[in-house]
Amino acid sequence: MRYQFDFGWLPQYWQLLASGIGITVQLILVGAVFGIALAILCAWVRSEGPRWLRPLVAAYVELIRNTPFLIQLFFIFFGLPSLGLQLGELQAANIAMVVNLGAYGCEIIRAGIQATPRGQFEAGASLAMTRLETFRHVVLVPALQRIWPALSSQVVIVMLGSAVVSQIGAEDLTYAASYIQSRNFRAFETYIASTLIYLALAILLRQAMALLGAAIFPRRLAR
Amino acid sequence: MVEFTLWDILRNLLLATRWTVALSLAAFIGGGLVGLLVLFLRISKARAVRVFAKGYIELFQGTPLLMQLFLAFFGLSLFGVNLPAWLAGGLALILWTAAFLAEIWRGCVEAIHKGQWEASASLGMGRVQQMRHVILPQALRIAIPPTVGFSVQVIKGTALTSIIGFVELTRAGSIVTNATFQPFTVYGLVALIYFALCWPLSKSSQMLERKLNVAHRGH
Repeated sequence: MRYQFDFGWLPQYWQLLASGIGITVQLILVGAVFGIALAILCAWVRSEGPRWLRPLVAAYVELIRNTPFLIQLFFIFFGLPSLGLQLGELQAANIAMVVNLGAYGCEIIRAGIQATPRGQFEAGASLAMTRLETFRHVVLVPALQRIWPALSSQVVIVMLGSAVVSQIGAEDLTYAASYIQSRNFRAFETYIASTLIYLALAILLRQAMALLGAAIFPRRLAR
Repeated sequence: MVEFTLWDILRNLLLATRWTVALSLAAFIGGGLVGLLVLFLRISKARAVRVFAKGYIELFQGTPLLMQLFLAFFGLSLFGVNLPAWLAGGLALILWTAAFLAEIWRGCVEAIHKGQWEASASLGMGRVQQMRHVILPQALRIAIPPTVGFSVQVIKGTALTSIIGFVELTRAGSIVTNATFQPFTVYGLVALIYFALCWPLSKSSQMLERKLNVAHRGH
């Protein structure tokens, strides 16, 4: 059988694709900002925070890192209503992404903190900084700078993982693609097009993270 | 109305876990073999071959696994190739795993000191001999912890085959939920089963890293 490629449906559905891209971008923006914030908080708890909290954070990190994102999403969306916590599709998707990136980011940032020489803590203390000030000004920023490439990759991975939120009905790019292919019966072309859009998004996101890194960390890291 | 006990739910989930394990093993072994091939292409002397391997890795690492599954399952059928869900899922997972393993292993090969290549070249070894006798044995030691660590990603990746209709652990979870109306319990148990599969691998990866690293420091 000779198969004729046909991308003639593209103009007809561009609005749908665009709104799907919009949702995917929104998901990753919220996920990245709050996910990294949560990751920093967790990394702080695990290295400096109250001792009774450390095992709890460790358990959270291990649990999230060793279960599929899809199950985390299903648990939040289908499971939590049993506890009286009803969430919309987008809310559930956002929360799942923040929780997921928070756990992976925690381990990455913690590695950066561990790579910081102990002398830095002592130097901070000798300048009469409190522990929190030392963490915030002396330890955290160079630690983030060290692991920024790894953190950027993780953000891209979480963005690509977000494709499964279509399974709970969040209308992201994958949702738009599935909807379109059920109308035009052009599965191959539709999924090729959306795959290429994801690839472009991944490349753009990596660039954006690199630019952001250059803006936040203007100075080169002292070895 | 049929009543389901916790044991009924758990038994059905554990039965489906077999398929998750089987698919993970197939993806990991198949992906390892294809990954080894991609690794050789990626570090080949011919530029065009290197670029091709790099493109392959970029493509599979830069796009969602779900899209790759859709292309294998819905896309290929348009060409008259009708694959059952387990085969399409396995195929996509193998290609996806190969891209990541090839990149992980490349890092390990490149971590081997350049002098090792030169030393083996000076003994008159060909490129394949150099790899087989000098580089790979050393790279293997560095490669084991991240490879074991990545197997966790493969197991988690198999969950996505539920979306194209392969009945493994996640799909079984959805089916059991539809029958019992207990999503909290069922997905909680599913998560725990995945955790039981993945956590030992994560832990052993960390332990291996420490162990092999200590040995390395002795040099």
